[in-house]
Amino acid sequence: MLEFEGYRRPDGQVGTRNYVGVFSTVVCANEVAEDIARQVDGAVSFTHHQGCCQTPVDLKRVNEVLIGLGGNPNLAAVLLVSLGCESTAVAEVVAGIAKTGKRVETIAIQEHGGAARTRAEGTLIVQDMVAEASSQKSERFPISELVLGMKCGSSDTTQGLSATPVIGVASDRIVAAGGTTILGEITEFIGAEHIVARHAETPEIGKQILALVERMENRAKAVGCDMRGGQPTGGNIKGGLSTIEEKSLGAIAKAGTAPIRAVYEYGVRPQVKGLVVMDSPGREPEILTGLAAAGCNVIAFATGRGAPQGFPFVPVVKLTGNALTWERMRDHMDMSVAGVIDGTESIPQAGERLLERIVEVASGARTRSEITGYTRAMDIYVTGPVI
Amino acid sequence: MKRDAIAIKDGDNVATALRDLNAGETVAVGIGETVVPVTMGAAVEFGHKLALVEISHGQDILKYGEVIGRATADIPKGAHVHVHNIESLRGRGDLA
Repeated sequence: MLEFEGYRRPDGQVGTRNYVGVFSTVVCANEVAEDIARQVDGAVSFTHHQGCCQTPVDLKRVNEVLIGLGGNPNLAAVLLVSLGCESTAVAEVVAGIAKTGKRVETIAIQEHGGAARTRAEGTLIVQDMVAEASSQKSERFPISELVLGMKCGSSDTTQGLSATPVIGVASDRIVAAGGTTILGEITEFIGAEHIVARHAETPEIGKQILALVERMENRAKAVGCDMRGGQPTGGNIKGGLSTIEEKSLGAIAKAGTAPIRAVYEYGVRPQVKGLVVMDSPGREPEILTGLAAAGCNVIAFATGRGAPQGFPFVPVVKLTGNALTWERMRDHMDMSVAGVIDGTESIPQAGERLLERIVEVASGARTRSEITGYTRAMDIYVTGPVI
Repeated sequence: MKRDAIAIKDGDNVATALRDLNAGETVAVGIGETVVPVTMGAAVEFGHKLALVEISHGQDILKYGEVIGRATADIPKGAHVHVHNIESLRGRGDLA
C-alpha cells in the first residue's frame, strides 16, 4: 500500500505542504501581500488581478475561489491582505476559510495607515503563524488522501502518445485506491466531448459534461470567435493530427479509464472521491488556481515542448515524453517518459513510476518548479468584463 | 524493443510514426507489449499516421480505442492516413 507523509488539517483534509498563505483580496493589495510573504520563511503569497470593478457573478467567483484556496490543505494558516475599499466580501472570505478550522486573519492597508505599517504588522502575524505551523508533525497517509489535479500544456505530438496516457494510468491507480483526481481544461474536450461524456458514471453526469463544453464554446463565440472552425490548427495538421476528435483525445487521455463521478464549477471542492471534471479554461494561471481552490494537494502536468509553470503552494509534477525537451528544459522537468516513445518503457510502467514520483513529491520531495521558484502561475478565472 | 511506430490500444487500425518512415520499408509497430511488422506503402512523417490494416471507405478510424474519424476512401495497409483520406465525424446533432 502506497503512503505519503502529509499534514492532517482540522477539517480532515491532508496537505502535502505546510505553508502559511498570504493572499491579496484585491489586485490593489498584491505588492504588500508579496512583500510580507517574502520576508517570512515558510510563507507563500497568492496574488491575482480581481476583486474590484467587476460583475456580481465574477465578484462571487472571487470570494468563492479565495475561500477555496484558503481551505487548501497545503496551507496551515492564512493572512488576507486587503486594501479596504474593494468589492471582495472580505468578511465572508474570512468566515469561509475559518470553517476549515485553520487560523485566518485580515490586515487592511487603508486601516493600518499605508503599506509600510501593514507590511510590518502583517509580517509579525505571519511569523507567528509559521511558528505555530512548523510545530505540526507530519504523519503517514494512504494515497486515498491524494487529490490530484491534471493538466497538459505547451503540447507536441509526443504528448498524446506518452505523457497524457501516463497521467491516465496514475489517475486510475489513485482512483482505485480511493483517492480523487480532477480533470479540467474543458476547452480541450471540444470535439471529443461525446467521448468524455461516455465515461460519465450516469447519463445525467454525461449531460452536465456536454453542457459545460457548450458553455465554454459559447463564451468563445460571444466574442465573435468560432473555435471549432480552426481546429485542428494548420500546425496540428502539419504535425499529423487529422481531426479535432484525435487532438482532443490526446488531451483527455490523462483522464484514464475511471468513470467520471461528478461535474463541478471552477474552483469547487469535490464532494465525492474518484475522477471528477471541473470547469476551467486551459491557460496555466487560471487552471492551476482552480485546481488549488478545489483542494488539490498535488498536480501532474504533461508537456511536450516544456511548460515551466508551477503554483505557489501546490507542487506541480512535470513530465514529458519528448527526449529533446527533457534535455533542453531539464531545470523545469521532473520526469521523462521518453521511454514510452522509444520503446524502452510501457505506458503502464511509466504510469507506475509517475505514481511513485507523485507520492515522493507529496511526501516533501521538491519539484523543479519549487526549486527554481517558477511558482507564480496564478490568477482567478472570471468570465465577465472589468467595468 | 525497437519500434518505428506506436498504436495506443489493441484494435486501433492506425499507428503513429515515431520517426520519418519511407515507402517500401518494413517497420516495427508497437501495440502494447507486442511488435508487428508493417510494410509501408507510402512515406509517413514523424507524428503522422499509417494504416495497420486495410480500411474500407466509410469505416471508422480507431486511435486510443476511440473513433477519430471515418475513411473517405479505401485505405490500403501501410498507407498514410490523414486529411486526404479521413474526415471528422464531429457534429453538434449527435452529441447525446
